[in-house]
Amino acid sequence: MLEIVNVSRRFGDFQALNEVSLQVQAGEFFTLLGPSGCGKTTLLRSIAGFDTPDSGDILLDGKSLLALPPEKRPVHTVFQSYALFPHMTVADNIAFPLRMSGVGKAEIERRVADVLEDVRLPDKAKHFPEELSGGQRQRIAIARALVNRPRLLLLDEPLSALDAKLREQMQIELINLQKEVGITFVYVTHDQGEALALSHRIAVMNKGEVSQIDEPSLLYSSPKNRFVADFIGQCNLLDGKVVSCDGATTRITIDGLGELAVQSNPNIPFNVGDDCALTLRPEKIRLAKSVAPESDEVHFPGTVHDMLYLGDVTVYIIEVKRDGHPVLIEALLANSAPGRARLLDTGDAVEICWPRDAGHLVR
Amino acid sequence: MKNGAKALLTLPPAVYLFLFFAVPGLLMLLASFRFPGDYGGLAPWYYVEDGAITFDLTLENWARLFETTLYLQLLLKSLLFAVLTTAICALLAYPLALTIAASPKKHRDLLILMVILPFWSNFLVRIYAWMIIFSPQGALTEGLNHITGLLGLEPVNLMFSSVAVITCLVYVHLPFMVLPLYANLEKHDPALLDAAQDLGATRAQRFWKVTWPLSLPGLYAGAVLVFIPTLGIFAIPDLLGGTNGIMIGNVIKQQFVESRDWPFGSVLSLVLTGITLVLVVLAGRLGRTPGALT
Repeated sequence: MLEIVNVSRRFGDFQALNEVSLQVQAGEFFTLLGPSGCGKTTLLRSIAGFDTPDSGDILLDGKSLLALPPEKRPVHTVFQSYALFPHMTVADNIAFPLRMSGVGKAEIERRVADVLEDVRLPDKAKHFPEELSGGQRQRIAIARALVNRPRLLLLDEPLSALDAKLREQMQIELINLQKEVGITFVYVTHDQGEALALSHRIAVMNKGEVSQIDEPSLLYSSPKNRFVADFIGQCNLLDGKVVSCDGATTRITIDGLGELAVQSNPNIPFNVGDDCALTLRPEKIRLAKSVAPESDEVHFPGTVHDMLYLGDVTVYIIEVKRDGHPVLIEALLANSAPGRARLLDTGDAVEICWPRDAGHLVR
Repeated sequence: MKNGAKALLTLPPAVYLFLFFAVPGLLMLLASFRFPGDYGGLAPWYYVEDGAITFDLTLENWARLFETTLYLQLLLKSLLFAVLTTAICALLAYPLALTIAASPKKHRDLLILMVILPFWSNFLVRIYAWMIIFSPQGALTEGLNHITGLLGLEPVNLMFSSVAVITCLVYVHLPFMVLPLYANLEKHDPALLDAAQDLGATRAQRFWKVTWPLSLPGLYAGAVLVFIPTLGIFAIPDLLGGTNGIMIGNVIKQQFVESRDWPFGSVLSLVLTGITLVLVVLAGRLGRTPGALT
């Protein structure tokens, strides 16, 4: 198990990491997710040993790693640029960590062949990295980092250099490979879609701090704050003030929408008068020329302000004007039925509604 | 691209090489079989008498090369000087190039500028500067002889010695080794060293397994750039070498300028060119490491 305990790191005026603590379970696929400059790469480099925290500790199975130089840590990294040695064949690249730890010749040969089998490139042993495609290089870099079975594999945006189609395929391969080898993966990315697809748990980081650690589905459905709600997926963030709290239901007033009832957030206690934000996923909003709201739904008229055709869905930006102050709300319609794409047009009068428990209240 | 257009593109370099390399080379080859002219230069290589052509060529010039071991000895000695100069340049340049390549980007250009700064002064002036340094009254010689005096040894004279020649050869050619090495080392992806360390390599292993093999093309390029001019040089041994420090380049120059024996001068030049070509081809083979940065 990997434990990060109160790790801080400062570069001049820039606080890269601020009292970061988290735990990664053995065998877990754990992702550090955040925008550039959030500290995720600094944290990864600290675990690998390329950077030393100013304070705090990093423990692997209860033992501190900080005193060990990178070459002594039972941790390997898959670098963003792959960092394959261009003057060595694929087999020599993969054999490198084995040779460094003095493994015998026959054993090296067997294990290189095994791991090439694992990444499904058994016939590339004699090739040089420059003769391989991007996806193949990626797999060799992973094979090299896995071959002497580290306790922990660190992956630094390993898929960012691949095109979208290949990236999706590699994501599936990564999930399967991690299941197969059972090694703990710590994965760094700024791509929230990738993080949701791959991870058992995700730590969302912002400005050197951990915003939230949760499973992908919880992160998506119950963000703890505005930053997480906004960063993970598409989200409407409606600013407002708490009017009354009554157990399961909280009444809030939102600028432009007026007062409405929403489900209370059991994890965040609100007082009357507190600032709050309602996070509302576009796919939770019903949208049509006219809708008949159910009894537990809130309901607003509006006009189509903008639309964005994305193939599978069309995103509509709806302008709602209730008390003078216009509010833009994003909603979407699936393009499954023929002709649906042009169902609504810019300027059309529409109606939107969403269930009371669809929104999620955050500070 | 059509084949015709391709041929057209390769035409200018082909013409250039033909005019300025092949033709002079062939003229030299021809000259090496001719007799020297009565007052220097070359005697005519054929006569036309009654409509019949008589060639006036000889193998004597080539035979002279082997009449005494003097020329072969000189060639060997020049090769030794060139090898030594190249080796010392490599030893001095490698740490320097590595240090410059590893220093912050904003300092690198200034450091490289300092490496090539000596080129801004005249070549002969720089050699004369060394004459002052090596002169018997110079601080270096006097200081050395103070030490040899204390140790009860014979005083040394640095001027007109092999030491003086090789020192100056190294001084003059060092930038030619530093620049290609730096150009190579500067291109190395720093992530490679991180990866090697991450995979368990110590500092020494990182150098010998990653940096060293990747830098070989730069080292070969530098070696060729130092070795070739060193092998044929005559100015430095002329001024600093005296009789001890003479090299094959001096003899070639003598043949053309003083003895006025162009045919034998051509023989010696061709031998030198031949040796150089063979060594360059060998270096080129060695330099072609797969995947290496060129």
